[in-house]
Amino acid sequence: MQKRYMSIWFRHLLTDWQTLQQAELKDIPFVFAKAERNRVVITAANPVAEAQDIYTGMMAADAKACSPDLKVLDDIPEKATHLLTELGLWCIRYTPLVALDLPDGLMLDISGCAHLWGGEREYYREIIDKLRERGYDARGAIADTVGAAWAIARFGTKTPVINTGRQTEAILNLAPAALRIEQDNLQKLQKLGFHQIKSFISMPRPVLRRRFGEAFVSRIEQVLGVKEEIIKPIVPPVAYQERLPCLEPIKTVKGIEIAIQTLLEKVCLHLKDDGLGMRKALLKCFRIDGKMVQVGITTTRATGHVAHLCKLFELQISKIEPALGIELFLLEATRVEEVDQKQEALWAAHPGLEDSALAELLDRLAGKIGANAIQRYLPVEHYWPERAIKQAASLAEKPATDWRTDRPRPVRLLHHPEPVEVMALVPDYPPKFFIYKGKRHDVTKADGPERIEREWWQDAGAHRDYYAVEDNDGQRYWLFRLGHYDQAPQWYLHGFFA
Amino acid sequence: MDMPGTNKSGIIDKLRQDILRMEGYRAPLAGTSQVMGLGPVEHAFPNRVFPLGTVHEMVCGSTEQAAASGGFVAGLLSVLMQQGGACLWIGLSGNVFPVSLKTFGVEPERIIFVHLMQNKDALWVMEEALKCNGLSAVVAELKEIDFKQSRRLQLAVEQSRVTGFILRNEIKKMSNTACAARWKVSSMPSEPVDGLPGIGFPRWQVELLRVRNGQPGNWVMEWAEGRFTTITRDVFVEETKMTG
Repeated sequence: MQKRYMSIWFRHLLTDWQTLQQAELKDIPFVFAKAERNRVVITAANPVAEAQDIYTGMMAADAKACSPDLKVLDDIPEKATHLLTELGLWCIRYTPLVALDLPDGLMLDISGCAHLWGGEREYYREIIDKLRERGYDARGAIADTVGAAWAIARFGTKTPVINTGRQTEAILNLAPAALRIEQDNLQKLQKLGFHQIKSFISMPRPVLRRRFGEAFVSRIEQVLGVKEEIIKPIVPPVAYQERLPCLEPIKTVKGIEIAIQTLLEKVCLHLKDDGLGMRKALLKCFRIDGKMVQVGITTTRATGHVAHLCKLFELQISKIEPALGIELFLLEATRVEEVDQKQEALWAAHPGLEDSALAELLDRLAGKIGANAIQRYLPVEHYWPERAIKQAASLAEKPATDWRTDRPRPVRLLHHPEPVEVMALVPDYPPKFFIYKGKRHDVTKADGPERIEREWWQDAGAHRDYYAVEDNDGQRYWLFRLGHYDQAPQWYLHGFFA
Repeated sequence: MDMPGTNKSGIIDKLRQDILRMEGYRAPLAGTSQVMGLGPVEHAFPNRVFPLGTVHEMVCGSTEQAAASGGFVAGLLSVLMQQGGACLWIGLSGNVFPVSLKTFGVEPERIIFVHLMQNKDALWVMEEALKCNGLSAVVAELKEIDFKQSRRLQLAVEQSRVTGFILRNEIKKMSNTACAARWKVSSMPSEPVDGLPGIGFPRWQVELLRVRNGQPGNWVMEWAEGRFTTITRDVFVEETKMTG
């Protein structure tokens, strides 16, 4: 596809921003200045000051002499970068690839974006008008190359949109400074009487290289599109993402559903081509009031099943607040993993943890009740009952050790052992009876004790002596005594056997 | 030539089978009659086979009964999950201890636990899970369930043939349900093994309070050596005599 770039130039970036903060500065000349080698140099001047012939690079003292009511403000370091980043992020709604063009511009890779706004001219107008509405004095240009767009945005006098392949003609009449070349080369050109690009651009490259250096030639080649120039986007592109701009703002649930379905179909098609499936996806909805709402889904296994993913998003739709309407949907597959198609087919009829229907069910449940409510447990090598199990990280995780069956363990284990009153006559013997929740249970049979020592490297305290006891109704309990018999220990009920 | 009487009973038998088939009960395949290992208990069911692909409810009035029912269900799950299947265990209390399930022949890592706070959420999860034919069984511990909700669950399993178990703990108002069977499992004093002191194998009083198209009954069962054993009346009486 033919690359197209748009350059945006903020002529008075800092001063425009300052005027937005303090509206009363609108009609008075003011400049930003900073101290540099014992002099105070102007770093930015507002249009009123410029009208009085005050420019960037002048001494503040000289400027004050030209215009006595000039206001000099302290320069804010890095402010321009912050402002440009903020504006660049705002521009993401027009193209995903926005780069900073320091010190005073933005560079947009708009390849394949402009037709969504009805053509490049409309696209250009839309962006520039919106920026001007916000109070920034912006100029822009669209061309095939970064260099040409930059040149036309700053030096162009005719049309801002340069048709494909026309960049050479467009820059012929511009000043050499439009080529983004160093100061000493500019002076050299000035001395030689080259006031326009057309005077030297057709000269043989070796001649130019010998006189002006390699960098100069490569700048010319970049402008003409002979040499490629790479821009660095402020938001790194996500490999699998789709955008859906809407002609009319969308407010209804049905509309959002259709948007999600359309986007998912596109993304899943790309994923399928690469043999990948989605694990995490993010839907960003840009509203016409300038705010952005987003919802995300996670799946337990990589999948490219559109109907299933749609269902997961449907559970989230209620969280999307459309307000006045959504003008742009953006779907990103933020985490993708390989899907083994063959294995999917193999497992399809086999019920088990690998079953795809089960994975989809769990995704649906997680969407409604939260992923934390769903747990699977694996054995851990601990005798301490509370630590004998751990939560599995994924459906695929296999137990690292065997489940132990050599000791009796209750079917139901209380989260917190409950204190019980007992009558224990003989040391290290099970109790005669115990009282739990006001009811007395006479112990008829018992097993134990099973002493479980505390894991001293994890926590401090006394050991537990566990007894499995059966009362006269045949109900079986798991009791323990905390600590030694002779230290007046407390007894607890910890579980219920089947 | 057949006697008219046998002919008539033959017709009635066939009609009974037809009705059962229409109600969704499948005739047992040859050699699968003892599939759940419940022995005589299975005779109480239509076609003398434990109905799979339906919802069973267990009445658990107390934590002790819930523990007994948990063990009994785990024993049934061990059969249902034999072919590497997975199970969903939905709980409001969340105090099932996975380690112990291994004693009942279940691979605890193949059970997915869902911990919830609300009865209504648990019902929703159970219905969704019963629709999923990737599962072998679904167990849910619920506070209560009414007829309409149980009907929804029954409709879900008719499609997927998943077996569901409901452990109900609000027994004050026992509403009617569309479940295939209503069980009550309570612990009984165990018997010493080989005369050794201590607790023997888990023993339960298994009551079938209601069975659709079957005979309610009452048995004493034990979980020993990895399977259910039914303690017949005679043995039981003998044991009682022996121990006094």
